[in-house]
Parts: sequence; C-alpha cells; structure tokens
Amino acid sequence: MPFNVLVLSCLIYVAFLFAVAFMAERRSSRGMQGFLRSPLIYTLSLSIYCTAWTFYGAVGYAARSGLEFVTIYLGPTLVFVGWWWVLRKLVRIGRQQRVTSIADLISARFGKSNFLGAIVTIIAVVASTPYIALQLQSVTLAFSVFASGTSEGWHLPDQAATGVWVAAGLALFTILFGTRNLDANEQHHGIVMAIAVEAVVKLVALLAVGIFVVWGLADGPADMMARIEASPLAEWDLQPGRWTGLIFLSAAAVICLPRMFQVMVVENADEAQLARASWAFPAYLFAMSLFIVPIAVVGLERLPAGANPDMFLLTLPLSEGQGGLAMLAFLGGFSSATSMVIVETIALATMLSNHVVMPVLLRLRPTSAKRGDLRWLVLLARRLCIGAVLALGYAYFRMSGGSEALAAIGLIAFAGMAQVLPAMLGGIYWRGATKTGAATGLIVGSVVWVYALFLPSFGPGAVMSVEVFAQGPFGLIWLRPQALFGVTGMDPLIHAVFWSLTLNTAAFLIGSLLTFPDPVERMQGAAFVNAFDDEPRTGPLGWTRGEAEPEALLIMAQRILGDEAALSFFEVEAAAQGKQGYLPDPTPDFVASLERRLAGAVGAATAHAMISQLFGRSTVTVEDLLAVANETAQIMEYSARLENQQEELSRNARQLRDVNEKLTQLSVQKDSFLAQISHELRTPMTSIRAFSEIMTDSDLTPAQLAAYGRIIHEEAIRLTRLLDDLLDLTVLENGSVPLNLDVAHLGQMIDRALAASCHVRPGRSFDIQRNTGTEAVFLKTDADRLVQVFINLMSNARKYCDARDPVLRIVTRQKGGKVLIDFIDNGSGIPKDSQAVIFEKFARLSNDSPSGGAGLGLAICRELMANLGGTLTYLPGQRGAAFRITLPLRLEKPETAGAA
Amino acid sequence: MRRPSPPLFLARSGYRRRRLHDAARLVPVFGAFLIFLPILWSPGETPEPDTARDGLYLFGVWAGLIGAAALLAPGLRRSTGPDAETELTPDPTSGDPN
Repeated sequence: MPFNVLVLSCLIYVAFLFAVAFMAERRSSRGMQGFLRSPLIYTLSLSIYCTAWTFYGAVGYAARSGLEFVTIYLGPTLVFVGWWWVLRKLVRIGRQQRVTSIADLISARFGKSNFLGAIVTIIAVVASTPYIALQLQSVTLAFSVFASGTSEGWHLPDQAATGVWVAAGLALFTILFGTRNLDANEQHHGIVMAIAVEAVVKLVALLAVGIFVVWGLADGPADMMARIEASPLAEWDLQPGRWTGLIFLSAAAVICLPRMFQVMVVENADEAQLARASWAFPAYLFAMSLFIVPIAVVGLERLPAGANPDMFLLTLPLSEGQGGLAMLAFLGGFSSATSMVIVETIALATMLSNHVVMPVLLRLRPTSAKRGDLRWLVLLARRLCIGAVLALGYAYFRMSGGSEALAAIGLIAFAGMAQVLPAMLGGIYWRGATKTGAATGLIVGSVVWVYALFLPSFGPGAVMSVEVFAQGPFGLIWLRPQALFGVTGMDPLIHAVFWSLTLNTAAFLIGSLLTFPDPVERMQGAAFVNAFDDEPRTGPLGWTRGEAEPEALLIMAQRILGDEAALSFFEVEAAAQGKQGYLPDPTPDFVASLERRLAGAVGAATAHAMISQLFGRSTVTVEDLLAVANETAQIMEYSARLENQQEELSRNARQLRDVNEKLTQLSVQKDSFLAQISHELRTPMTSIRAFSEIMTDSDLTPAQLAAYGRIIHEEAIRLTRLLDDLLDLTVLENGSVPLNLDVAHLGQMIDRALAASCHVRPGRSFDIQRNTGTEAVFLKTDADRLVQVFINLMSNARKYCDARDPVLRIVTRQKGGKVLIDFIDNGSGIPKDSQAVIFEKFARLSNDSPSGGAGLGLAICRELMANLGGTLTYLPGQRGAAFRITLPLRLEKPETAGAA
Repeated sequence: MRRPSPPLFLARSGYRRRRLHDAARLVPVFGAFLIFLPILWSPGETPEPDTARDGLYLFGVWAGLIGAAALLAPGLRRSTGPDAETELTPDPTSGDPN
C-alpha cells in the first residue's frame, strides 16, 4: 500500500473527526444536548482507558505473559460493576463542587489548598509524559511497519519527523476543541463526541482483525482453543503477586488517571449515565480483549521469530495480504493514540493552568485579579500548557528512543497516578483526613515511586548507576531501589507499588491523625464525606464576614466567565433574591454559589483565592464553624420550643372548648332553673289568688271561709318554705354559711334524725338496721347541719322506697381520717340514667310523688356536705337506693369563716 | 428536644430498594473472589497446559459480572435519579462528628 494513501486516509479520518467535533459543538451551543449527553456517548468516551498501549500492546503483553494482560481490564471491571461504592460518590461530589480535574478534587477537599493541587499536578505530569510519548511512539511505529513490510520501495520518512507531525496535529486539535471556551464544568462536547466515534473505530478494528484470525486463519473457536493449548502461551503460569497487584493497580488507575477522571467525573452529566456505563464499559473492555489471545497465538505461529509482538495487529493482516484490514487496524490504533493524547493533554493543561500558572500569576501580580481580562489569560495558559505537555511527551519519546515494551511504560504511569488514591479515598470517606496528611502521603508515595520504579525504568546505568542498583545509594544496602528494606523476592513493579502505596497510606494516616485541619478544610471535608445528605449544612458559611461590592464581583466574574454568561448568572441570582437588575446582594449564599461557578472554570483553589482578594480577608475561622454548630443547636432548640408552645396552645384550646361547653350548659341550666322556679312559685300563687278571689265574694259561709283561709295559709307556708330553701341553697352555694363547729356523737345525731323523720309517711313501719358500735364516734362538725342531711336522706327513703317490707341500713365506717356513712334502702333504687341528675335543683324523678317536694332536697344536702368538708354521692349497685356521706373526722374552721 | 428519628422499618418498595443497593455493593466483592480464585489453582502442578481453560473461566466470570451489573443498573438508576427520594439513612461513614 503506498505510503501516500496511508497518509491521505489518515488526513481524511482526522478531517472527519474535526467535522464530528465541530458538529457536536454546534449542537451543544444550540442547546441540543440530548444525544450528546446520552449514556451511550458517555460509555464510549470512557473507552479512552484503552489507549494505543491496549490496542497494540495487549497483544504483545499476551505474547509475552499469557493471560496476565486481562488484569489491566479486570480491575476497571470490578470498579465499574461496583460503581455504587466509589464512582457514584465521586461523580456526585464532582457535580456538587464543579470539580475540574483530579488535582482540583484533592485541592478542594483539603481546604482548597493550591499546594496539594500543585503536587497532584506535578505527579500527573511526570507520570503522563512517558505515557503520551508511548502514544506518539505507537503511531510512528505503526507507520514504520507499513514502510518496512511493503515491496513498493517507498522509504519511511524520519521517525522523529512523523512524531513531530503527529504531536503538532494533536496539539492543534486539542487547542481548537479543548480550549474553545472557558466553560463552567469544563465540559467539552465536541471532543467527547469525537472520542466516542474513535471508540467505535478501535473496537470495530480490533474485532475485525480478531474475527479474521479466528475464522479466517484458524478454523473457528474449537480449533483456536487447540492452537492456544499448543502455543508457547500455554506455558504461562499465574504469578499470584503480579495477578493481585496488577488488578489492584488497574482498578486504582481507572479512578485516578487524569484522562479517566476527566471523562468519568468532569464530563459526566448525570448519574444515569454512570448506571448504564457500569455494565456497558466492562462489556466494551470484554469485547476489546476477547481476541487478544487468538491474535497473539496466531501471530507467534505465523510471523518470523524476531517480529515485534506489539505490532502483530498490523503485521499479521499485512503478511496475509489483507491491506484493507491492516489499514483499519492502523486507524484503530491511531484512534486509540489520538483520543488518549487529546483528553490527557486537556486534563493536564487544565490542572497546570489552574494549579500552577494562575496561582503563580496571582502571586506575582495580585492586582491582576482585580483588573484586566483574565479569560484570554486563562485560555492562553491552557493553550501553552497543551503545547508544553505535548512537547514534553515528544521530548521523552525522542530521548527514550522508543524501543521498550509498551506495557511497561503504561504500568509505570498507572503506579504513579495510583499515589493519589489514598488521599482521594480518604478524602471522600474520612472526615479526619487533613491537608498535611494528604501532602505527606502524596510526597512520600511519589518519591518512593520515582526512586523505585520511574528512574530504574530507564535501565541500569542510564539515570541511576549500576552500583546503586546493586549496593544501594551510599552503600546502604537496604535502600536498593528494587529491594527496599531487604524485600528481594518481589517483581520490581509490584515491589514499587507495594512500598510506595504502603508508605503513602501510612504517612497519610499518621499525618492526618497528628495534625489539626483548618476551618475551610473541615467545612470541605464535611461537604465531601456527606455528599449524599440532602443539602450541605455548611454551604454558605464561607463568606459570612467581610464585604465586597457586587459590582466588583460582577467585573471579576465577567473576566472569567465572559460578559454574557456572567451577566445572566448575576441576573438569575438577583431574581432569586427578589431583586431586579444585575446586581444581587453579596449574601453568603450568593458568594458561595459564585465561587462554585468560578471554580468550574479556574478550579476551587484559584476561585477561592480570587474572591478572597476582593473580600480582603481569609474566609472562615474556627469560631465561625462553632457558631454554625451553635446555630444548628439553637435552631433545634427553637423548634423544640415551638413544638412545646404548640402543644400548650392546643391544650389551652382544648380547655377553652371544655369551659365553653360548660358555660353553655350552665346557661341552659340557668334558663331551665328560672323556668322551673317560676313554675314552682306560680302553682301556690295560683291557688292563693283563686281562693282569695272566691273569698271576696260575700255569700260564703264561715266554714267555707275558714277552709279557704286555711288553704291560702298552707300555700303561703309552702311558698315560704320554697323561698327558704332557695335562699338556703344560694347561701350554701356561695359557701358563706356560718358553721357552728362542735364535738358531737355520730350515733346520737342519727338517733335525732330518725326521730325527726318519723313523721314522714308515719303509717309505714321501717326496719332500721344499724350498728351502734361503729357509730360511737365523736365528730367535730356542725351537728345541726349534718342532722339536716341525715333527715333528708331518711325522709327520702321513707317517701320513695317501694319495697313491701322497707328496710333502711345505715352503715358507718372510718377510713383514713374520714367517716363514711351509707344509707341503703331495699327499694328499686334510682335508674341509672337518672343517677346523674338527682342532685340537680328541682330534679324530681316522678311528679306523682305524694309529698310534692320542690326537688331541692338533695341539691341542698350536697351543698351542705360540701360546706362541711365532705361529699354526698349516690352509691350504685346496692340493690336499692344508696347514698354515701363522706366527711372528715375533724373539720377545721375555714379561714374565710372568721373573716366573714 | 427531640429529633425525628428515621423509621425503623420500611414499606415493601423501600425495603426492596435497600436490598438492591446491597446487591450492587456485593457484586464487586463476589467478582473479586472469583477473579482471584485462579491463584489457588496452582496450575504449575498439572502436567497438561490449561491456559485455554483458564481463559474460558476468566471470560465467563467477566461476562457474568457484566450481566449482573446490567440486571441491577435500571433499578439503581431509578433510585439515584434527580427525582428519586433521598436515602433515609445517611452513609454509615457520615455520622462521624468532627
């Protein structure tokens, strides 16, 4: 295949990617993001995990180490199917805090510390440079394969020149679509879309070669299995240390690699995307690795012994005369390399500009935060950083000469980025993690990584002398780079991973335990660890003191977000505060939300520093934090108090309702009392009037006159008695009745009452049953009043007891300083529904009673008993009418009696 | 001063959602066990080569994990969406007062 065709197809492919990215940007700028934000695109964009290292290198890896290559995919698979553990929280935090990169995440978590951000940035740059070089190398290597394998006689241009062209082209693409705008959230739809297309290309290419190998060169899966058993790969033995270590390493890398963090967290739109990717991304990896072993086995079988297994994917189709298939495979590898480089450089450039360039700039020229356009400055910084990162990669590529096995470089980069893992996981799950601890861990871990893995990777004698390898530095044998602390039997990679992460974690934990976090750190720690709480409780705390002019804030925001975006943001915020125009009040809420918005563009640390400059003071103090705690406690106390008050109010309302009901009842009672009393008074008055009218007639005999006169007299007596009773009752009810307290014998009082009540229905013989023994009690009370009550009760019994042989039992008992006297007859008693009313005034159970009393007796008795400090109650369940009198043995004179 | 405590028992749907979350957390644990299992096989001791069978086993486990995650994903997506009700209890790690 002519080289020109190859170059031309590459250029067409790149132009196609440009077009895709451009279309996606246009769609997104028109607000048509539906497809761009679909889980499918998200999953495909995650496939930048599979770089050229995976594409070409996995076959080589399989040819050298058998099935070990799958560890690189099994780690990410475990992380993704277990997304509920870590990824979900990372993505949630990323959205809440508008995280722009992994360095930003670490920096934001540990008090928006730019120092930490810079450390992570440096680690990322150091670890990624060889990785980027690896991609350039794979593309140039692929070009050279096409050159050497053909017979057309065209010669391969200089490898270095190819590298320059590729690097320059990638830089152009990245700058065009990666720094198009300083968007909040750092989302790049054009690039993500292009990456998704490239993901499809590389999957199709790999599957095509795989299918060609399994069904074209071999006779289907069964034959393939037999060939695998017969190949050198079958000699492979699983090494437990490397197996475990590599799975762990790749699992760590898929979270920590800057480009993975970029597509997974920063470009994430919602958690539904993650749910889909949880199985779709492992499925993609599954498909990518399905044919690796067959290709390696057939390549080893068919190609000459010296062939580079890393290039089997190209050389195998070429040697079989399948130029088109090789072309497709080339494009697949090209896609893998370019997509990785693009996203990696964007991620690194964001980190570099936010955590190194901008802070240095703000430090050097503090006034630049207040004037001058920062937007172009940030973008320029990004563009320069992209160029610088690619230049670094290219320089490394030139230096290293590009002959090493691809897999080794990839794993070194993994191990480097894995140093961020302890600080990251500790940061999102442990509130006790501190800035000092994180910094110590990161520094210790990366130093060990550089010393034990990165520098030795150049080979003995390159950077480190052979003596250091064999004897350790300065003859310290326990510090040999590949046998730290005398641990010799380990694979060098696993050895370095083990020691760097162990020491890193230990330093992180101990450093965190020994130090005290500053307030911003504690605030951020709470916000990160409690990311799933409904709303951050300490959100607007940051800017409670100090003040800034809204206009100054607007000017600063315009210089970072752009005029239109800043104005519309301020307008929305002003509207939320209920204000018109573009200048909201600088409330803590508003400033915090502005800070988050700016953090989406320039990172948490820089945004924080810039707002701090306007405010002219550091933000939070320990007192503020405690005040928030107090405030929370106060709010809780306040709400508890409100609750109590509400309970009290409803209790009062209930009482008022009861009282009101009682009043209504009393009003009804009063009305009926008046009606009753008029009736009672009217009856005798009517007969008096009638008889006195008759008496005015002159033709009456003296006998008649005497009879009528007697009737009038009797009725007048009845009236008087009624009025006396009423008067009595009123006096008793007022409680102002004078009492003659004296010591009296209970038995004698009952005797008196019996004698006095004999004249009621004197015809009936009553059997009185009483126990004179228990009645031998001396009471201090008003004897006359008490006898009056007795008489009333006995008379009632005589009047109303309807038994044939009436019996009245009088039972006396003493109980705790009180005397109980029961009057029980053997009549039919009082019906249950009447028991409640018998003590009311004018309550008469039957109108046909022979005596025709006014119905005031029992009411008077009850009032009398109340005045005597006792009670009169109806005693149910005695097979007759039964009344119980309770009264104190000794009645003390009430205070009011003396005063009255 | 009382704070409303979260309910001790949940209705059926809430209960199922909790168990779904448990299942989502367990999948990688089971997966790791199955993936690390070949370490115990000590393949060097058997005379005949078994790389192909090891490969089949690993890819089988892999496919199983993908299937399990695919089964759980729709339910989990519903309970993590923007309109889903928030979890009733905070994460066990979040109760750490500082």
